[in-house]
Amino acid sequence: MRFKDVFSIIGPSMVGPSSSHTAGAVVIGRTARRIFGAFPAEAEIVFYGSFADTYRGHGTDLAVVGGLMDFPADDIRIRHSLTLAEEAGMKLSFKTASHAAYHPNTVLLKLKEASGREDTILGASIGGGNVELLGINGFDVKCTMNYPVLIVFHQDTPGMVARISTILGHSGVNIGYMDVDRKGRGREAVTVVETDEAVSPELMAVIRSLDHVHRVILADLNQRRQEG
Amino acid sequence: MKFATLSQLVECCREEGSTIGQLMLSEQGKETGQPVEQIFRQMAEYYEVMKEAVHRGIHEPVPSRSGLTGGDAVRVMDYLGSSMPSLGAEACTALAYALSVSEVNASMGRIIATPTAGSCGIIPGVFVSSQQRLGWEDEQLVMGLFAAGAIGYVIANNSFISGAEGGCQAEVGSAIGMAAGALTELRGGSPEQAVHAVGLALKNSLGLICDPVGGLVEIPCIVRNGFGAVTALAAADMALAGVRSVIPSDEVVEVMLEVGTAMPSKHRETAKGGLAQTPTGKKILKDLYGTSPGNSCNTSSETSEDPGDRK
Repeated sequence: MRFKDVFSIIGPSMVGPSSSHTAGAVVIGRTARRIFGAFPAEAEIVFYGSFADTYRGHGTDLAVVGGLMDFPADDIRIRHSLTLAEEAGMKLSFKTASHAAYHPNTVLLKLKEASGREDTILGASIGGGNVELLGINGFDVKCTMNYPVLIVFHQDTPGMVARISTILGHSGVNIGYMDVDRKGRGREAVTVVETDEAVSPELMAVIRSLDHVHRVILADLNQRRQEG
Repeated sequence: MKFATLSQLVECCREEGSTIGQLMLSEQGKETGQPVEQIFRQMAEYYEVMKEAVHRGIHEPVPSRSGLTGGDAVRVMDYLGSSMPSLGAEACTALAYALSVSEVNASMGRIIATPTAGSCGIIPGVFVSSQQRLGWEDEQLVMGLFAAGAIGYVIANNSFISGAEGGCQAEVGSAIGMAAGALTELRGGSPEQAVHAVGLALKNSLGLICDPVGGLVEIPCIVRNGFGAVTALAAADMALAGVRSVIPSDEVVEVMLEVGTAMPSKHRETAKGGLAQTPTGKKILKDLYGTSPGNSCNTSSETSEDPGDRK
């Protein structure tokens, strides 16, 4: 089921004009910000498909940047987000791509910190303000952002998925959906886990301490704020 | 959710002796693990946002960001105050309210997507005008939103609700079906009658393309929301009168999927066909951007600009 509950149909509360081109775009921007985990000094935004064709009319650029500023979808500051982001020191560039993407409303976000650290997030807005996270740093993933999402970067090694799910299960965290992708056999991999409850910082530290785990991220849009 | 189709929805309501709205509320509780009071409260907040959006656009014109539209809700309200509308006062009020919410949306104001922002005027137009006319309490309308949500949930999972995927039939069409079914239930119709209202309504919007001028959610979206509210009233009246959708409503939903899948890309929110590509549509586009989006901006970079400067 692409749409799981009543508030994915009635809702979200949002600023107009388009749930797919505005509200969904805010959610993708906010997802990227939560995954990146810091204010991005630079953001490159690449629009595909219908996003590329009509983003200016729908304020999709304002919406994505509003999300990068960590604004919720019904924040009336979104209409001024480009100005607000630049004043805050975010360097923005917009591009459109002509080749087809998985979904008509797709955007690629490359976020950079002054230190040079970089994350690349691919997302699609599938209608009614709902989104799918489709890619992180070149890995193919697929999950909604309706639930807290735990993202674990690790080496492709036997038992990794079992170890992560056992740790979650022992702490009473229920897994709703899970997705794994790897660059190749024995190479870098990512495991994405949608959970009913947000994974605690303590539990994240336990997972981070496992052998062959490189990085652990929690992206939870239900929490108002996450950084520091 | 324990239902995936409209016929299962009717069946579940029959088994539990509940309305569609009550069933949706309790299923939402099971799905999310949240107390139903909390779920109800969130929906009640959404209804408040809808009422605010209705009121914002009927007293003063709300111009869109582009400046292309705005003020039609006020025009219809003025006309209603000074003439006898062909629709009658009740349907004309629903029309004005739906236009108002859509105009607020085009101004980047706050609305509730029902099921999308492009179709956000239809349910508030029908609900708020019916509440005023029939003296309903807010709580009844909130339950009506759960009923509308259940219907939309089935449509969204078996077909689509975004114009980019399925054309305007998916957005405005779905909203009309949701409003019609919910109003049928609010007026005392059975779940079965409500589902007939959905099928009757959806049949009337099959094939409707998404062709927004300049890619904006304005022309023809705003007036289609006005028309949509009136159509929803008509579909609910037919169902309450005992008119049935001979093609079962689930099969009509399947047709929407078939038609939307076959719809060319230029008629699915890309602004590359339909009204968007008429001589006037193209001229509006040129006046807005000085260019045609989609034709000339392949991998072009552009610097960010102040949104206030853009027209």
